[in-house]
Amino acid sequence: MAYEQVKVKTPLILRLLPVLSVLAFFGAWQMVVDREIVPSTMLASPIQIFQLFLVKWTEVNPDGALLSQHIWTSVQEAFAGYLLALLVGIPLGLAMGWFVVVEGLGRPIFEMIRPIPPVAWIPLVIFWFGIGISGKIFIIWIGGIVPCVINSYEGVRMTNPTLVQMARTYGATDWQIFKQICIPSALPMVFGALQIALALCWTNLVAAELLAADRGLGFLITMGRKLALPDMVLLGMIMIGLTGVVIGIIINYFEKKLLAGIRR
Amino acid sequence: MKDETHPGQTKIVCEDITKIFIQKGKQRVHVLDHISLDVKENEFVVILGPGQSGKSTLLRIIAGLETPTEGRVLLDGREVEGPGPDRGLVFQGYMLFAWKTVMGNVEMGPKLRGVPKNERREIAAHYIHLVGLDGFENHYPHQLSGGMKQRVGIARAYANNPQVMLLDEPFGQLDAQTRYFMEKETARIWETEKRTILFVTNNIDEAIYLADRIVTMVGKLPGRMDVVYNVDLPRPREHTDMAFLKLRHEITEASELTL
Repeated sequence: MAYEQVKVKTPLILRLLPVLSVLAFFGAWQMVVDREIVPSTMLASPIQIFQLFLVKWTEVNPDGALLSQHIWTSVQEAFAGYLLALLVGIPLGLAMGWFVVVEGLGRPIFEMIRPIPPVAWIPLVIFWFGIGISGKIFIIWIGGIVPCVINSYEGVRMTNPTLVQMARTYGATDWQIFKQICIPSALPMVFGALQIALALCWTNLVAAELLAADRGLGFLITMGRKLALPDMVLLGMIMIGLTGVVIGIIINYFEKKLLAGIRR
Repeated sequence: MKDETHPGQTKIVCEDITKIFIQKGKQRVHVLDHISLDVKENEFVVILGPGQSGKSTLLRIIAGLETPTEGRVLLDGREVEGPGPDRGLVFQGYMLFAWKTVMGNVEMGPKLRGVPKNERREIAAHYIHLVGLDGFENHYPHQLSGGMKQRVGIARAYANNPQVMLLDEPFGQLDAQTRYFMEKETARIWETEKRTILFVTNNIDEAIYLADRIVTMVGKLPGRMDVVYNVDLPRPREHTDMAFLKLRHEITEASELTL
């Protein structure tokens, strides 16, 4: 006798729960503002924010740029800083993990810089670069480089010592062992760094823009505060969240594509 | 493939080797105690002993991965000062390069020595064929069974054309049936392309099946050499052969006394 395929169906009510919770959240929020339980100088309603969202696609004022320009500026800064962090951090971490000299020279300086929050660099960065794009790239870079170095370093350190010994019995040089064995061994850890660094870069970017910027999503929030426009502050916050999610999805997609070629 | 052989010529000499490890700066662990052993060219020597008898350490000293505290190892009359491609190693865990295919693993040694691509592909293909892995050249280690993985390990060691093969409990992780089969294969491979082999195991059957000579180690540290057995049974051997069983009995009895 054949068994019947048993399909476990999630009850409709359970599947509707997330929708309900979101609706309830926005409904309550809208009501709180409409009934003026919270004064409108402190909180804007979802509908007001959405209206501002539509307007900001074509209206430059009062903050001086279109919403798309703010987003584009932030994304550009984040990616430039991110790529620089990868380009410098990963080779540095890998080399520190294998070459004693590089570790001896690089480690103390890295350990000194590591505990300083990237935001603490902002005043210096304003002296050096002003409030243009390069200063923010620097802040993002110095924050993003930390997980790149640490993960690459640890990845090399975790190389199976027997594999290294075996390569030595084959007469391999230090450089060959580094290239042929340590780097491939470290790759999974390095890929982990890609995700961690990106999240960090996006967070640091917003912090940097809050303090030193003339354009970007963080700047939009600052302007909202200065002009006492809660809808603008909230629009900035929501756009930061949404853009972050979209970037995460894109990176995830590329990581999967990349790893598919390497996975064993 | 292999040039002329000189049966009877001494290949490896272990001269009075003692090894003491110093752990954490204080504790001394005496692992090997005055080991002297000569291995002839193309001889198959099995070092047989229970766990913790220092047999792997002896192999690692011959490989040049450890230095003896006292004594020395001579290979063709020259003192061993470090690892080199003249000694091929096969490890207990498979220790394959997980990111390389079977071909990539086997050609690694020649590649590191700068052998041109065509040539090393040819060498690798030859040994992949020797260990019976034709058709699996482009498979990754995770796609292979335990026995196949260790075949890759053997082919990889052979691909350097070493004069000496050092195998450290290579089949310890295999199930009993695969193990029997791999022992058969090892004997076949060795008969096809003779090398001087030092094979470490804790399995008496495996030792008798493979060895020209069995060197037993006593069952506790410091590791000392115990009895040496010459196994002159005809090959291929049978596990159920009377002479096989008689020797097995003899070794079992003797080793029980030393434990």
